[in-house]
Amino acid sequence: MPAVSKGDGMRGLAVFISDIRNCKSKEAEIKRINKELANIRSKFKGDKALDGYSKKKYVCKLLFIFLLGHDIDFGHMEAVNLLSSNKYTEKQIGYLFISVLVNSNSELIRLINNAIKNDLASRNPTFMCLALHCIANVGSREMGEAFAADIPRILVAGDSMDSVKQSAALCLLRLYKASPDLVPMGEWTARVVHLLNDQHMGVVTAAVSLITCLCKKNPDDFKTCISLAVSRLSRIVSSASTDLQDYTYYFVPAPWLSVKLLRLLQCYPPPEDAAVKGRLVECLETVLNKAQEPPKSKKVQHSNAKNAILFETISLIIHYDSEPNLLVRACNQLGQFLQHRETNLRYLALESMCTLASSEFSHEAVKTHIDTVINALKTERDVSVRQRAADLLYAMCDRSNAKQIVSEMLRYLETADYAIREEIVLKVAILAEKYAVDYSWYVDTILNLIRIAGDYVSEEVWYRVLQIVTNRDDVQGYAAKTVFEALQAPACHENMVKVGGYILGEFGNLIAGDPRSSPPVQFSLLHSKFHLCSVATRALLLSTYIKFINLFPETKATIQGVLRAGSQLRNADVELQQRAVEYLTLSSVASTDVLATVLEEMPPFPERESSILAKLKRKKGPGAGSALDDGRRDPSSNDINGGVEPTPSTVSTPSPSADLLGPRAAPPPAPPAAPAGAGNLLVDVFSDGPAAQPSLGPTPEEAFLSFLEPPAPESPMALLADPAPAADPGPEDIGPPIPEADELLNKFVCKNNGVLFENQLLQIGVKSEFRQNLGRMYLFYGNKTSVQFQNFSPAVVHPGDLQTQLAVQTKRVAAQVDGGAQVQQVLNIECLRDFLTPPLLSVRFRYGGAPQSLTLKLPVTINKFFQPTEMAAQDFFQRWKQLSLPQQEAQKIFKANHPMDAEVTKAKLLGFGSALLDNVDPNPENFVGAGIIQTKALQVGCLLRLEPNAQAQMYRLTLRTSKEPVSRHLCELLAQQF
Amino acid sequence: MQFMLLFSRQGKLRLQKWYVPLSDKEKKKITRELVQTVLARKPKMCSFLEWRDLKIVYKRYASLYFCCAIEDQDNELITLEIIHRYVELLDKYFGSVCELDIIFNFEKAYFILDEFLLGGEVQETSKKNVLKAIEQADLLQEVSYPSLD
Repeated sequence: MPAVSKGDGMRGLAVFISDIRNCKSKEAEIKRINKELANIRSKFKGDKALDGYSKKKYVCKLLFIFLLGHDIDFGHMEAVNLLSSNKYTEKQIGYLFISVLVNSNSELIRLINNAIKNDLASRNPTFMCLALHCIANVGSREMGEAFAADIPRILVAGDSMDSVKQSAALCLLRLYKASPDLVPMGEWTARVVHLLNDQHMGVVTAAVSLITCLCKKNPDDFKTCISLAVSRLSRIVSSASTDLQDYTYYFVPAPWLSVKLLRLLQCYPPPEDAAVKGRLVECLETVLNKAQEPPKSKKVQHSNAKNAILFETISLIIHYDSEPNLLVRACNQLGQFLQHRETNLRYLALESMCTLASSEFSHEAVKTHIDTVINALKTERDVSVRQRAADLLYAMCDRSNAKQIVSEMLRYLETADYAIREEIVLKVAILAEKYAVDYSWYVDTILNLIRIAGDYVSEEVWYRVLQIVTNRDDVQGYAAKTVFEALQAPACHENMVKVGGYILGEFGNLIAGDPRSSPPVQFSLLHSKFHLCSVATRALLLSTYIKFINLFPETKATIQGVLRAGSQLRNADVELQQRAVEYLTLSSVASTDVLATVLEEMPPFPERESSILAKLKRKKGPGAGSALDDGRRDPSSNDINGGVEPTPSTVSTPSPSADLLGPRAAPPPAPPAAPAGAGNLLVDVFSDGPAAQPSLGPTPEEAFLSFLEPPAPESPMALLADPAPAADPGPEDIGPPIPEADELLNKFVCKNNGVLFENQLLQIGVKSEFRQNLGRMYLFYGNKTSVQFQNFSPAVVHPGDLQTQLAVQTKRVAAQVDGGAQVQQVLNIECLRDFLTPPLLSVRFRYGGAPQSLTLKLPVTINKFFQPTEMAAQDFFQRWKQLSLPQQEAQKIFKANHPMDAEVTKAKLLGFGSALLDNVDPNPENFVGAGIIQTKALQVGCLLRLEPNAQAQMYRLTLRTSKEPVSRHLCELLAQQF
Repeated sequence: MQFMLLFSRQGKLRLQKWYVPLSDKEKKKITRELVQTVLARKPKMCSFLEWRDLKIVYKRYASLYFCCAIEDQDNELITLEIIHRYVELLDKYFGSVCELDIIFNFEKAYFILDEFLLGGEVQETSKKNVLKAIEQADLLQEVSYPSLD
């Protein structure tokens, strides 16, 4: 056994570890462990009371066994006992065991919390730190409930030791991250901000992390941290390398603290105070200048620490995106790193330049490095670096360099690592479409993609080329010619056959004049591939054949022969068999006119966001962990539509899913669709003559409502659960709502659909539907410009206590919104209890490099959860009297803001959600309503009465509910409406 | 930081520290996946890689790999130096540390880490201060115990 033991040296433990290491096999190890477990168990159960040392040793052995990967189901109690030992090492081992193997056994938790409480109160800083470490390591909700209120006190207490403050700050941070609702904000927050001024650098280092996290949700409360952080940073940046003693790391003063301060500043916009801003800009310039100085040490630690600060500085400059001079300098600095001999720096420079490329100030500067980046793509030996290079090329691409970049990426694709091929394919497809000046180049590019990396060309990509060719008649002839040529290659990818089959079926006539591609040649070329293809492709080809019969009557006999062949008519695959039978019948029974109508050229696809882009975002989306994302798809990007996504905004467009000959009608994922459609078609042909319109699938509107129909009673959200909790406003700081937010909100009190917001850039539409305490809202974000929005991130924020009152789950949306495109976001809403303030909707994006942000009030008000109640006059009065306590009633007398029209008023009251009761009020001019507000926790019965006075142009509104704040709130909401 | 793993060239896990709540099963899965990914990388490759929606920063010291998972916004280079500072702390405490020190005194490795990083954030960067805290603790312990094995 090597003599490596240090400190108190538990000999028995060392022997045991040594034994384990000497085990020759897994079996031997398990045997040794089982022996040890039995031994420890008997010691713990034995009659003889164990002394502290033995207990510590055995607990430590159990911990070791657990860390080896074995299960431990006892010993927790002994570990808890160690917590109350007054011997430091015993206590320490106890805490370590608890931290690693925390058990939700409630009895134990109580004991643990008790021990922690004692240590926190002990005024012994070492014990206090141990207890704080344990809370921070476990970070569970139970611990939060027990200690979240105490720790701020310890943190700001004047007599706390520095080390205790440090631990308290980070302990609080961990609890806040786990359960923000448990950490009460209060007067301590101001004192925490002042820790930035603390003399002890360690205290500042810990406090900055806490403040950075807290200020994201409460930016205004912590605003004063900006100037404090700037002055702290300025002092560090300008200090000599030896000033900070032990906080200097390889000649770099306080690198960790500097990085943290720069991160904190990224939570806020540039400082408003000119002096503070000037000082900060000076700091940023100093950092950029220092990067040009010769290194003070050759050690990699020196350059890493220095460059860590530099990269964080550049991030801040990019975050501000307002100092063209600094942005260009940042870009030049990164440009130098692109050719640095350190792989790490090249990697980071490529990554950081990607964000610079999206700023209008630095986009051009980034573009000057194109050759270096292309070279990196070709020569870097590390795939992750090549990946960054490909990302950067994608980010710096615009109309001026698209052809070069696309051709380089295509070339790279030939040798690219398998792991990243699909992504490269998607990127090439997007760039080719986005920057296509002539669509023949686009078609060439996509066909090249299929040629080079056919296996990685996903459905989205080849659907898209079909959509574009279908929609642009200037490219159809070229597409037909090119695909015809491509098909002549002896071994062509099946995706090529699919694209070829579809395009020739639609537009083969455009090249039929050339004898080299006459109809029979086209047919035999396609048919020569038929037998090598999968069922889905063969099904598609059969559709092409029937289209050929219409396009080229001269091929009819040949094709009927093919369809009639036993291998088709009696094919074991039901889809192929059905197509063969139906197409054969169609071709022999229907007249030429009917045939021409049924097999007409496909109508243009509705222009929407490219489904490829959506796919890339799914792959690469912020936070969309690809591994976690597998198999989960957005229900709205339904495959049936051949990649064209249905959005409720275009309900009038027939869903292409029903197009019989659509490329997607056949493939196996949706087998029932095609046969049913085909069946209908035949019925139509024979009964109604030529009126065979594709039958409409369920419109998105219907689908929208049907989503709400089966609310599972227990956990209505589970089905739609998304890992992105809406309660988390994300890392951004949220500005205050725009001034007209209240007015906009008021528009939606009595209605559920409409335009929530509109300016020159953006339109936000709302469609919502509420049932009982549940709701579903669709937000439509329309880019009104012709320029792509970037970093588009709408988020729902719950101010104050709202989180406990209303649950809103959001789906992530794509981070880019193309010019003229619209994206949709689905919100699932559950009312947990009555609430007074609506959630906020924060929309942030970059337009032409400039950050835009906008905070609105989400049109969810308590009355949305109204369930109308019909009742007779007698009942109404009885209940009205029951609610006669003064605090149950709210009343408002106000002037009419709109013409007093009884019908309009009625509609508004119904829209508000209550039932309107006739013949209740003796005065027929008055309105009386009743309803129940449904929340998860409780129901609130509401009665209302509205008395218009036409002469005075006034109203009197009276609300009575069983909850005082609800009465007042409803009264205020409704009074705004008339 | 979301977690830190130390493992040997043979793929044996030597230390694991998790700063986010995960089930034991998930922890094992992540560990297996990452150990495999990192060990498969060649020596001159860059120290950062994207993994799920996290960034992995790793560095090899002799036979041991130190591997941290950080979030999108976090700084890769400073994380490399977190690793280095931790190695320095171990080195100073054990006196030219080797893998065996960490195996046989795993609890000390955890204690030192807790003084340096807490809740996934850097708590104290001064080498002196961290080691002072640990050595104070060592002074508090009793000297002689009878061996009961």
